[in-house]
Amino acid sequence: MTETTQQASLDVSKIRDDFPILSRKVYGKSLVYLDNAATSQKPRQVISALTEYYEGYNANVHRGVHALSMEATDRYEEAREKVARFIGARQSEEVIWTRNTTEAINLVTGSWARSNLQPGDEVVVTEMEHHSNMVPWQMVTQERGATLRYLRLGDDGKLDLDDIDTIINDRTKMVSIVHASNSLGTINPVKEITARARAVGAAVMIDGAQSVPHMSVDVQDLDCDFLAFSGHKMLGPTGIGVLYAKREVLETMEPFLTGGEMVLSVTLDGADWNDLPMRFEAGTPNIADAIALGAAVDYLDSTGMDNIRRHEVQLTGYALSRLREIEELVIFGAEAAEDRGGVVSFHTPDVHPHDLGTYLDQQGIAVRTGHHCTMPVMRKLGVPATTRASFYLYNTEEEVDQLVDSLKSALRYFGHG
Amino acid sequence: MAKSDLDDLYGKTVLEHCRSPRNHDRLVDADATAHTVNAFCGDESDVQISVDGGRVVGVGAQAAGCSVNLAATSMLAQAAEGVHLDDLSSLIDLFRRQMKGEALSEGDRSRLGDLATLTGVLNFPVRIKCTLLSVSALEEALATVDGS
Repeated sequence: MTETTQQASLDVSKIRDDFPILSRKVYGKSLVYLDNAATSQKPRQVISALTEYYEGYNANVHRGVHALSMEATDRYEEAREKVARFIGARQSEEVIWTRNTTEAINLVTGSWARSNLQPGDEVVVTEMEHHSNMVPWQMVTQERGATLRYLRLGDDGKLDLDDIDTIINDRTKMVSIVHASNSLGTINPVKEITARARAVGAAVMIDGAQSVPHMSVDVQDLDCDFLAFSGHKMLGPTGIGVLYAKREVLETMEPFLTGGEMVLSVTLDGADWNDLPMRFEAGTPNIADAIALGAAVDYLDSTGMDNIRRHEVQLTGYALSRLREIEELVIFGAEAAEDRGGVVSFHTPDVHPHDLGTYLDQQGIAVRTGHHCTMPVMRKLGVPATTRASFYLYNTEEEVDQLVDSLKSALRYFGHG
Repeated sequence: MAKSDLDDLYGKTVLEHCRSPRNHDRLVDADATAHTVNAFCGDESDVQISVDGGRVVGVGAQAAGCSVNLAATSMLAQAAEGVHLDDLSSLIDLFRRQMKGEALSEGDRSRLGDLATLTGVLNFPVRIKCTLLSVSALEEALATVDGS
């Protein structure tokens, strides 16, 4: 990591004031929201962007010559520019709006992979992928007669890269890897893996669903062809996601969905595709949510991604040290907070995660229990499910203390019946 | 308030069935077996039954997952043993009605045995399906012996 060890410089209490939901009660208790890897809460600025659009300039984009349509188009494209700048894209045309990370990945498997994979080719993912970066590749490699290979997950919760040179080889056409694991928190050495992919001429996609919201991610620095992420995990609304792709790669790709907006001209005999990025955005897009994602990016930018990362490393380190007080807990993933995103996943052998989740919920604490859409990871860990606490810029050490205290009382509760 | 809801969910009987599940041994030479999985959470329930003269003469039931599933599977196995197939269908129907929130008569509650103690789960709608995983397994097993 490039972060220094300075003290966190976030004014968390001021940040919390921007999030109306954080002041609500759950079963009469203050909400402790530790399910940020599933979705983040939204600041007032993002919620306002939605209502301002619907109340002030709701209109379709790229179509009308009237004032509202032009205003909506400007704001919509401005959001695209904000996102492009946020991830270091060279131009906003390299940002394609999707519904979410899953759809962004499916755009690549549905378009790029269909025309680039031949029988005998190989695609490499890792054993720690979310199902969204595994199932689409399983399907398309099967369809194309290609082979899907996996970089192994080691017992330490990190990727085992000992055989990377065998797994990523001359037959590899695509390496698609998760930047930060949603179920373990592990941050993968994506630059090292990308370098190996480049050495054999393979394309690279990075699943940034858990990294883009939490740390500075620069597509030039990562040297990836594709980066997929979701708006709703980075303070934005649900229903809007992003596929970043290098312009020269996008230009070689066939459309994914077809219809209006993505065509330049249509005759009864056929159609010509529109320019980037519209070629990949058939139909009326999700205008309001794209604009609100722009507001989320503004919020993250003004807070500073390095500040957010520093805050999360500090908080995760604190959580790890407090959770280690509880002997019954088996904590998964990397030892050091610096090697993780703000995610701590653990197992209590004597209390099932769903029982634990219900108990914590009654204390107002929202955590995720289950397989986190990473069933192969659960199989590897030898557990059916884990309990996961995941942090964001508005979480505090006091909330970690409440989690730890409630966990201790939950274990007593179930232990003594 | 919250704590008493929790105590209703994890009542003494529920936790006792978790610790000492009834009919837990796998039934060898069963006439029918079934395995159900809750895709949402990965919980599992396995049921084996032996039938003789239209009556369930042996039940084996094993569950993996949360306390509610463990307890419900154990309670169901206990309730099913020795019951005539026709009565078992109506018992299952009764249990399903209870888990939909219908208030049962005292007589019906006593027919359900320990299954009647699962009403505490009704305050936790997301957990109701945990009580029904073993029911689905039993029904699946029964479907294969029906009419034989």
